[in-house]
Amino acid sequence: MDNTPAIEAIELTKVYGSGNTEVVAMRRASMSVRRGEVVALLGPSGSGKSTFLTAVGLINPPTSGQIHIGGQFVLDGPHARMNLTSFRRKHVGFVFQKSNLIPFLNARENVQIALELNDTSPRAAKKRALELLDNLGVKDRSEHLPTELSGGQQQRVAVARALANQPSILLADEPTAALDSVTGRQVMELFARVAREHGTGVIVVTHDHRALSVFDTIYEMEDGLLIRQSASTTRVSEAIPHSSETAPCPG
Amino acid sequence: MNLALKDIQHNLGRFVLTTVGVGMLLMVVMGMAGIYRGVVEDATLLIDRIGADLWIVQHDTRGPFAEVSRVPASLMHRARAVPGVKDSREFVYHTIQRERDGKPFRMAVLGLSWPHDKGEWVPLVAGRPLAQGHFEMLADVSLGVRLGERLTFGKETYQVVGLTRNMISSGGDGIAFFTVADAEAIQFDTSGEAVRLERSARKSRGERSELGTKQPSLVEQASKPSGELPAIARPQISAVMLRIAPGANVQQVIRTISGWGDVSVRTCEEQTEYLLKGSVDKARRQLGLFRVLLTLIAAIIMALILYTLTLEKIHSIALLQLIGARKPVILGLILQQALLLGFGGYAIAYLLGQQLFPLFPRRVIVTGGDLWQLAGIVLAISVASSILGIAKALSVQPNEALG
Repeated sequence: MDNTPAIEAIELTKVYGSGNTEVVAMRRASMSVRRGEVVALLGPSGSGKSTFLTAVGLINPPTSGQIHIGGQFVLDGPHARMNLTSFRRKHVGFVFQKSNLIPFLNARENVQIALELNDTSPRAAKKRALELLDNLGVKDRSEHLPTELSGGQQQRVAVARALANQPSILLADEPTAALDSVTGRQVMELFARVAREHGTGVIVVTHDHRALSVFDTIYEMEDGLLIRQSASTTRVSEAIPHSSETAPCPG
Repeated sequence: MNLALKDIQHNLGRFVLTTVGVGMLLMVVMGMAGIYRGVVEDATLLIDRIGADLWIVQHDTRGPFAEVSRVPASLMHRARAVPGVKDSREFVYHTIQRERDGKPFRMAVLGLSWPHDKGEWVPLVAGRPLAQGHFEMLADVSLGVRLGERLTFGKETYQVVGLTRNMISSGGDGIAFFTVADAEAIQFDTSGEAVRLERSARKSRGERSELGTKQPSLVEQASKPSGELPAIARPQISAVMLRIAPGANVQQVIRTISGWGDVSVRTCEEQTEYLLKGSVDKARRQLGLFRVLLTLIAAIIMALILYTLTLEKIHSIALLQLIGARKPVILGLILQQALLLGFGGYAIAYLLGQQLFPLFPRRVIVTGGDLWQLAGIVLAISVASSILGIAKALSVQPNEALG
């Protein structure tokens, strides 16, 4: 596996407003995620987790600091060194709490659209989408609309879409918050699996302390400061047997 | 993958209903243009069908279609004597309103110069032209009469011997064709009491005048029925129609008749122009303004619909941006839906119009030119009305998908 970090955030600072209304949402936050590494980001509401996630997701650039993704220098402070929309499409995958999927597209089309937006032909995109859904155990639901899928199935489809363009980094914002504990654990397992099998760095913002064993590294954010807490000693994929809803990964 | 179609497919029922609504609105816009064409066509059809080269009308009037015109019946003979005139005919035209089966019955009465003109030029859908000098009529089907039906106007009864279609006056009333004598009888029909009162008044005036006092025989003569009085002319006609002999100099004929102080001469083109710039003009402008207003309303309604549809998709649009959709993808989603709404509505407007317009009391003529023009307008309002939605969609930030 390539030793280049999936993502490297260096001393990211985000300041909103100015003068008396100035608010520092994130202070010199640094993080490096290896390919295949699963990182948890904990912290109370308002601690700056979302600010960090949107910064490294190239949605809300930091005021200062650098971001490197897949070995490419992408952001120098607020200044983009390349087209961020195009780069995000190819190198960053997102999964979040709810309403992850486009409601008027079925499961397959939700994955297929991510590929087509990246200039994959519709035929090839359809084939790849079905492969991904098969990998994640929801191929039999591929022609169903999001409203016809369970919460866990929706998250699997969202993960499939996030992985569609083989991104360097997958960002998940409280992906299990709307799920019951069993399904939530299965989804966490899924992140660990895809990180390992796809060589993708995964950052998960979560409040779910029950699933912390899944993660390789845990960070905590408080008042805009990012602190590396610990490294999990046992990965969930090793500690917990596959649940019935977790499909085996080919290859 | 076409996102616009996928979204429509997802909310198909609502989109179809919205399109039908827009379609009905566009049908009214289409109908307004059709009614306008119908008014113009109806106004000019008669002038075109009659095929007169020149019209002699009352001095300084624009009649007989644009205003009231009265000329003596003898003018027909005077005109026929003008070099270059091949033929002259009397023309009587007026509108009457009577009652039939307890309902108002309006029709435009047109007198044919019997026996020269039996109405052979009138396009009949049933029956035959006039075959006798009295008590027969040709009627437009819009009057609701049947072939062979007998109708009473004044003291006489007339039988419908021929039916026409789309022979409508500029006022929208169906035209009925009679001989000139019958047309005048219908127009100037007076009751016996009115005749007696008029004769009595005539006698009274004569007795009060110096001439009546000096020559009582004159008063006695004046008390007789008007038909027996040589000094009282027969009822006047509306105009005299002229046809110019082949090879004759029309301008010369016009110059000759223009030299007469009691009448004016108008060409066929002038008659059409007077009509379009006169009585029809206001209706035309009114319809035109209504059309503009309805087009604006259609544009505003479409803009609101598209804006609402966009608002409902804000999360999906943010999500698409988050996964890297380029701006043209988002723009295409809104614009394609606007165009589908516009042209779906246009197709419904056309199909509904084809079924409904023939049921309208006045003719609705939808021309190819008008259809193309409306298609252009629909294209413009579809694009213009999508601007609000596009502006909103492009202002959406990808991080809105995270909230």
